Amino acid sequence: MESVALVVNGVARTVEVEPRRLLVQLIREDLGLTGTHVGCDTSQCGACTVHMDGVAVKSCTVLAVQADGSSVTTIEGMAPEGGLHPLQAAFWEKHGLQCGFCTPGMIMTAADLLASDTDPDDDAIRHALEGNFCRCTGYHNIVAAIREAANKMQVGAATSAEGAPR
Amino acid sequence: MATEMQRQTTPEVGGMGHSVKRKEDPRFIRGAGQFIDDLVLPGMLWLDIVRSPYAHATIKSIDASEALKVPGVAAVITGADLEKAGLHWMPTLAGDKQMVLPTHTVMYQSQEVAAVVATSRYAAADGVAAVMVDYEPLEVVVDPHKALLPDAPVLRPDRAADKQNNHIWHWESGDRAAADAGLAAAEHRISEDIYIPRIHVASIETCGCVADWDAIRGQMTLHMTSQAPHVIRTVLALVSGLPEQNIRVKTHDIGGGFGGKVPVYPGYVLAVVASLTTGKPVKWIEDRSENLQADSFARDYHIHAEMGATNAGKITSLKVSTIADHGYTDAAADPSKFPAGLFNVITGSYDFPNAFVEVDGVYTNKPPGGVAYRCSFRVTEAVHAIERMVDILAHDLDIDPAKIRMDNFIQPEQMPYKTPTGWEYDSGDYPRALKLAMDMIGYDDLRKEQAEKRARGELMGIGISSFTEIVGAGPSHDFDIIGLKMFDSCEIRVHPTGKVLARIGVQTQGQGHETTFAQIIAEELGFPVADIKIEYGDTDTAPYGLGTYASRSTPVAGAATAMAARKIKEKARHLAAHLLEANPDDLVWTNGKWSVKGSPDRSKTIQEIAFAAYTNHPQGMEPGLEAVDYYDPPNLTFPFGSYICVVDIDKGTGQVTVRRFVAVDDCGNIINPMIVDGQIHGGLTMGFAPSLLESMTYDENGNNLAGTFMDYLLPTAVETPAWELGKTTTPSPHHPIGAKGVGESATVGAPPAIANAVVDALWHLGVRNIDIPLTPQKIWAILREKGVTA
Repeated sequence: MESVALVVNGVARTVEVEPRRLLVQLIREDLGLTGTHVGCDTSQCGACTVHMDGVAVKSCTVLAVQADGSSVTTIEGMAPEGGLHPLQAAFWEKHGLQCGFCTPGMIMTAADLLASDTDPDDDAIRHALEGNFCRCTGYHNIVAAIREAANKMQVGAATSAEGAPR
Repeated sequence: MATEMQRQTTPEVGGMGHSVKRKEDPRFIRGAGQFIDDLVLPGMLWLDIVRSPYAHATIKSIDASEALKVPGVAAVITGADLEKAGLHWMPTLAGDKQMVLPTHTVMYQSQEVAAVVATSRYAAADGVAAVMVDYEPLEVVVDPHKALLPDAPVLRPDRAADKQNNHIWHWESGDRAAADAGLAAAEHRISEDIYIPRIHVASIETCGCVADWDAIRGQMTLHMTSQAPHVIRTVLALVSGLPEQNIRVKTHDIGGGFGGKVPVYPGYVLAVVASLTTGKPVKWIEDRSENLQADSFARDYHIHAEMGATNAGKITSLKVSTIADHGYTDAAADPSKFPAGLFNVITGSYDFPNAFVEVDGVYTNKPPGGVAYRCSFRVTEAVHAIERMVDILAHDLDIDPAKIRMDNFIQPEQMPYKTPTGWEYDSGDYPRALKLAMDMIGYDDLRKEQAEKRARGELMGIGISSFTEIVGAGPSHDFDIIGLKMFDSCEIRVHPTGKVLARIGVQTQGQGHETTFAQIIAEELGFPVADIKIEYGDTDTAPYGLGTYASRSTPVAGAATAMAARKIKEKARHLAAHLLEANPDDLVWTNGKWSVKGSPDRSKTIQEIAFAAYTNHPQGMEPGLEAVDYYDPPNLTFPFGSYICVVDIDKGTGQVTVRRFVAVDDCGNIINPMIVDGQIHGGLTMGFAPSLLESMTYDENGNNLAGTFMDYLLPTAVETPAWELGKTTTPSPHHPIGAKGVGESATVGAPPAIANAVVDALWHLGVRNIDIPLTPQKIWAILREKGVTA
């Protein structure tokens, strides 16, 4: 067994794992954070997407031991208890989900996009989602939701900049 | 005829016609859904499955001794073990039988061969790797046409003596002689072979279950991914002998269904057996490869169609013969009377007198199935065939494909319309939908642009599909699954404080029933959607229903919900009369209140009435305010639409790009416009997918060539077009709220629009038909054959 020390959603955790254990199983089964899903074995579907040190990764294709020393954010860590991240709010508002299975991965991938491109056009959004499958929505409203979130976050950023102490 | 519904409620109440935000979303956007693999029970074991590498082989031996030495492995289950309990075969929904585990022969690649039960996911997988199976390969039958040849190996020797061949059944509909006569007399005849390939629903959540046997209470709880939990409960009771009241099936949240979660798979049965054997909860979760390689397929119809018409393009006759590849057993999820589903809706949106359809089911060494892939029973196959044939006829006669459709449409004044294969379409206005689609896309300008581009050697095509669906199964005189009539149900309880709990017999796999069924009740009774909780998917509490598939939730359970609400409204009228000291006949219902006719200030709200039902009911009346309705629909519903697709084809690569796609749908009265649009977006994408990308193929040895997402190509956001939607509204005259169902229309309607557009782009080169998927390889080869170069 190997000891993996990592910070998950801001909380320091240490987990004993077999070397072959996947990060997604550490997250889902050892830590009980079941919002991260598994939809394929070949890192195509993106349902397992989480952030590792601020970058979106497919946690079904990362060994738990590779996450030793890292900081991981899952869908459960996207907003404070009871609150919603602008992406979560926009997915709800724009009907960007149906069965909800791909949704956490979509939101984590979208957050990764918006971290580097605050004003993506539809084409950029669609390309950012190329590693995430959705079978229900046809992506149409997912794209709309991400655009909406980007707009809200830009307004939010502008507002907080204006309100910042001089 | 019913009239189009106007909104009756305020946005705060949120009845029909309001885009109410979904009540289920707060848990999903936070990652707090409860999917099957999220469920962990104390002491739970894991089940994993040994699968066959061969498509057809004799099992000479299974040696589990090394597997049983793997740390954590608790048991290995083989077909021989199941045979002792008579559980090695199970019935299919189509009246055939399927192996749970084989005792002698495997019939398709990835078939279940043995199950390993262990204390962890990893230990179970280690156990699977350690089970040694000795196979002797047998001759493999992949091609269903060859399967019918006299010298083909008999794949199912377990069948009766007079059925020692690979022909399963023959089914026909319509008038063969009339269709033949119609063809013989026709001025113009066309004939075409159209193959609709095997595809897979590939819901992003795979299938799975947790079987939990409580020996002390004699209780089996089966948590599972099922679109039809009540049917599962009854089948489990019949097969296992467990008393039905002690079986509880719970579905929790389901990550997409599309028909793939209707059947009973061996894995579910194995988990039940393993839990009964070990006395512990047992979890089985498929991985993606197992899901794609072993679960029920869709389509796989080899269609031969002949159409007769006048030289002016008026259709006179249609004759269709089809070979249906069912794999090694008929596990189709079709109603009993319809082994080829509702394929005889193949006359489509068109008015012509003569039609005959026949289908022959065939066994091959492929996985069983015959599920829907987001469509009512075999309707996509029917729509594809008729819409392709109409388009070929148009091009053959040099008539615009829009004009030929307009000239052949069943007209709205002909409704209700009896088709030559026996269906009675309840309503429809096909010219209006096509006209709207043509206006939205600018059809005439596109044809001009196409002519200009063709003159320059560029390849652009325009394709139309004017489809009619048949959904909402179904009336009990014709529709049952293993004898269970296809009614559906709703039970509504109004609590004293004016809040509502309603339970429905259908399931949701993402359709948003927690919201839309609340909206139906809000519409009927005036309770705000926020005050209504919808429950489903627990057979201990929900009323009996046949489940969610074939777009039947709104047509059947939605009707039951409206009817149950109306029973409550009627009781509320008598309660209100008591409270208002008025005659019940003098009361009128408006905006959630019963009022005295002519004195609107003398009224009682539904909430006041609900309180009185528990605190102040008249003597002699039953207290409480509840109702249940089991709805047996008088007819099916017939959603329709017209889609127009514009494609550009790259001459260098053969790549087809869908430049624009306009979809005009008519699903009758709409409960939630936002959700309807979402259903259409998703349906269009699942129509786009098999048109251009998806196909489950096998080599001559029966090896699956598309068994992972590396090879089975789901569309991503990059390829998927931005959809343009339009609506017409023609309410169903027999449905209580005039609705028709919408979840599958677009999957049914989209493929021929795309295929027609591609052939339209290539017709001048001498191309009459190309079978989907229209992959770059296929198109590139045709272009080179026709001498087209970049």
